[in-house]
Amino acid sequence: MNETLSGIALEDVRFRYPDMEMHFDIAIPPNAITAVMGPSGSGKSTLLDFIAGFRAPESGRVLIGGADVTGLPPDRRPVSMVFQENNLFAHLDVAKNVGLGRSPSLKLSAADHEAVADALRRTGLTGKERRLPRELSGGERQRVAIARVLVRNRPVLLMDEPFAALGPALREDMMELIATLQAERELTVVLVTHHPEDARRVASHIAFVENGTVAASGPAADFFAPDGPEAFRRYVGEAVSAGDLPRFARKPT
Amino acid sequence: MADRRVLAGIAALACLGLLIGGAFLGLVLEGAGDWSGALAASDAYLLRVSLFTLWQAALSTLLSVAPAMLVARALSRHPSFLGRALILRLFALPLALPAIVAALGLLELFGRAGYLAGVLGWLAGGDWPGIYGLSGILVAHVFFNLPLATRLFLEALDTVSADQWRLASQLGMRAAPSFRFIEWPVLRASLPGVAGLVFMLCITSFTLVLMLGGGPRATTLEVAIYQSLRFDFDPARAVMLTVLQIGLTVAAVYALSRLGANMTGDANLSVASPRPPAAGPGETAFNAILLGAALLFVAGPLAATVASGLQADLARLASEATVRKATATSLVLALAASVLAVALAWSLVAARRALAASRRSGSLLERAMDTGAGFVLVVPPIVIGAGWFMLVRRYADVFAIAPAMVVTVNAAMAMPFAVRAIRPAYDAAADRHDRLCAALGITGWTRLTLIDWPVLKRALATAGAFAMALSLGDLGVVALFGSDSVQTLPYLLLARMGSYRTADAAGVALLLGLLCLALMMVADRFGRGTVR
Repeated sequence: MNETLSGIALEDVRFRYPDMEMHFDIAIPPNAITAVMGPSGSGKSTLLDFIAGFRAPESGRVLIGGADVTGLPPDRRPVSMVFQENNLFAHLDVAKNVGLGRSPSLKLSAADHEAVADALRRTGLTGKERRLPRELSGGERQRVAIARVLVRNRPVLLMDEPFAALGPALREDMMELIATLQAERELTVVLVTHHPEDARRVASHIAFVENGTVAASGPAADFFAPDGPEAFRRYVGEAVSAGDLPRFARKPT
Repeated sequence: MADRRVLAGIAALACLGLLIGGAFLGLVLEGAGDWSGALAASDAYLLRVSLFTLWQAALSTLLSVAPAMLVARALSRHPSFLGRALILRLFALPLALPAIVAALGLLELFGRAGYLAGVLGWLAGGDWPGIYGLSGILVAHVFFNLPLATRLFLEALDTVSADQWRLASQLGMRAAPSFRFIEWPVLRASLPGVAGLVFMLCITSFTLVLMLGGGPRATTLEVAIYQSLRFDFDPARAVMLTVLQIGLTVAAVYALSRLGANMTGDANLSVASPRPPAAGPGETAFNAILLGAALLFVAGPLAATVASGLQADLARLASEATVRKATATSLVLALAASVLAVALAWSLVAARRALAASRRSGSLLERAMDTGAGFVLVVPPIVIGAGWFMLVRRYADVFAIAPAMVVTVNAAMAMPFAVRAIRPAYDAAADRHDRLCAALGITGWTRLTLIDWPVLKRALATAGAFAMALSLGDLGVVALFGSDSVQTLPYLLLARMGSYRTADAAGVALLLGLLCLALMMVADRFGRGTVR
């Protein structure tokens, strides 16, 4: 549905933390899911913050769909973001939380209400419009956040370990949902994850972040090949052995 | 958007700076105008007043803190008995009670014509002279600070983990060893903070000394400032006294901050978690007597306030125009002070948060928003009032600015407490909402009404009610600026006592006490149901 597909580019973006220097230079392909992987504290979330606009680089440019968005505030960028938690306002019900994606002051037209209802149907939340976030399960809360992404209708979707707090089966379901929506709306999805299975299942591209910089990026198939980037193989080797445990436990007994 | 929050904080700091700066300007102008007079005023009287200020504060601290340790320990050793919750609630009351009401209650109990005068006279073998003077000041300070210190010590004892207690009972520790190995280390750690807070409250105490000191022999610096301005009209001496008072409080605060004292008491009541140490029969009896005595000591003046208040001709008081006007004035001024205090606190909290989130966190400005603002308490209300009194009297009628002074000074004094009520809720909400609001473009008025207000209204109400109760019961500033045309309830109470209409005073005290109590209950109620 997007006339122009929105690729993302970070051009020589630099930022100094007191104890670490960040330097990103990467092109993220449009209409695809890119998984961002890497050790804790390597700068994955900071990378997303630059794209979303929560953090301004000290130098360099951020481009989305070819347009320079470096100086734009978060809400003026063609971007939606789903956080690991705190995606919802606890004192507002499901419909209002989704409606905020249409109007930040909740002034909703009939068409907006229809869009909200449609997004809730799409994410399997019909009938739960009047519930408060605390009356929902963890998975349902993230579905509300995704429903809001749908009504916002922006070409780029950023997700920072959105399903890390969910169990394996639920996480699989959510990944399916994301993959479906991505294909349907031709979204450019950037997904931070610790789970190689997620990356393997839904991502066509991978960016591997280490020590505040993109150490390697490219098609997912190359990464998982036996001659993939060495640092990535080392990281996944550890992660897979840890990540395999729950799958083992889930075997029917 | 972040800038706007910082600007609001700077504006709040500027208001506080103006208030305090104006007071200092008044002092400096007065001192410069009559420099020789200020120096001449430094005589033996000043030395005596300064020494008495320190002496009564030291004694009050000792008499409050040492028994409080024992009482707190008794409460912690018996985590569940009938009436424990009642004692804890009762111990929260003195903080809610205006000092002038408590002073009256103490006089009605221990005074020359008090309920206990007969018994005490018989014990003393003659006429009971009443508790004016040092004894009165000490009793009053202990009445206020023993419960406060007890609750702070109990909070400290509650931090001992249940496992340590299990270990102690497994090892068969009795009262003495478990005190030595478990309770004393915790109490000793919190001792400097608690004693420091009590000492600070006692050297800046005004109302109690004014009401119970009774005469030049038992006068502290604050009361001397008041007398030199209102009665002797000796501004040169007032300047000298104010400088001394500031020097004393600054020295005390410096010493306290070195000790790690907490400068603002907490109105909220913590409830002890149950745990299993078993006290022997001897210890249980001792603790029962101790708690009974503490209970009587705290409940007595409260009961006396209620009893004598009910004896007053309440119907006549209620129909008196002066009383009605004073009630209305009090409520309006206190409400204004409370709104101002909450606004100041909110601005400072928001600015501190915005600065902490920015890259240059830890800056001087951020610290000013944080701890700096709390140091308003270093400058006692009487000092600010005295400074402005001397400044304004050069240009205008001092009594005309009474409402503005009462509102602003009380707001400034309540502000640190309001910060403590608002900050946790604000920071938690900001953690959850800042990025989300930025992402969705929720800003300005929409953010205030849709997001911040629903989440913060409980904390704001707590802070507001607490601030209102504090300013409603305050006598400090209004004692300087009050007049027949601007009377608050505490001022009216003082006036009625001054003209020996004791029954009227008791009735007004009851009214004032109930108003403050109701507000504190509101504050407590909102404070307890915390937002998730």
